[in-house]
Amino acid sequence: MEPKTKVHAENGKQELVITREFELPLELLFKAHVEPDLVEQWMGTKVLKLEPKKHGSWQFETTDPKGNKHGFNGVFHEFVTNRKITRTFEMESAPFGAQLEFLEFERLTDHTSKLTMHVVYRSVGIRDQVLQLPFAKGINMAHNRLQETVKNALYHDKAQ
Amino acid sequence: MNLRRDVFQALADPTRRAILLLVASQAMTAGAIAANFDTARPTVSKHLHILTECELLRQEQTGREIYYHINAQKMKEVADFIEPFRQLWDDRFNKLEAIMKNYQANP
Repeated sequence: MEPKTKVHAENGKQELVITREFELPLELLFKAHVEPDLVEQWMGTKVLKLEPKKHGSWQFETTDPKGNKHGFNGVFHEFVTNRKITRTFEMESAPFGAQLEFLEFERLTDHTSKLTMHVVYRSVGIRDQVLQLPFAKGINMAHNRLQETVKNALYHDKAQ
Repeated sequence: MNLRRDVFQALADPTRRAILLLVASQAMTAGAIAANFDTARPTVSKHLHILTECELLRQEQTGREIYYHINAQKMKEVADFIEPFRQLWDDRFNKLEAIMKNYQANP
């Protein structure tokens, strides 16, 4: 089965494209990007500010399992209901700077729709670093868990 | 079950990575693999069990011996560093879809 969400990232380019088809009418797909309480639910973040209009700005905040807060923010350059959102996105705790995001919303049928996210980074290096974040996080989590496992195993061996 | 995390956990251990490298060149029995390490045989068995569990290795019976083979398909999947990023967005969008379907049913 083909994955529902696709990521197209060509080697040596400073951009990537994420596409996804939804079993949702276009209006609902768009709404999920506008209503703060809906955004909070699916992005798993707190919405501090979301001004859905041209020159409006947005601010999110997430809390990691250790209780550290991470801020994200940006501005809307274009906000056309049920059609497109152009915005900047910046992670406050990372040195990547702002990225530019073009979100296009398309009606496929009355009950299905498609989102295309075209993301442009400042450099190829930054794009590759951002792409690797979830990968690196997976490895780190594995390391932490492994450390716990090893500690427990050592303790267990001594106890025997 | 988070299989992905289990695969990462499997790969995070240096001994297990060494085992994968060994077996990548040829299928081997547990005994032959253990002979390459100073660690106790049961420890190697445990590593083999974990690697088999998350499908990085597969077992094949040849006569009385069990040979460990590398599962190239799974390795390729894991080596694709974009995959966790895609998975992250897929999880988010799946959530979006579920939340909005619910919203549609109970506006």
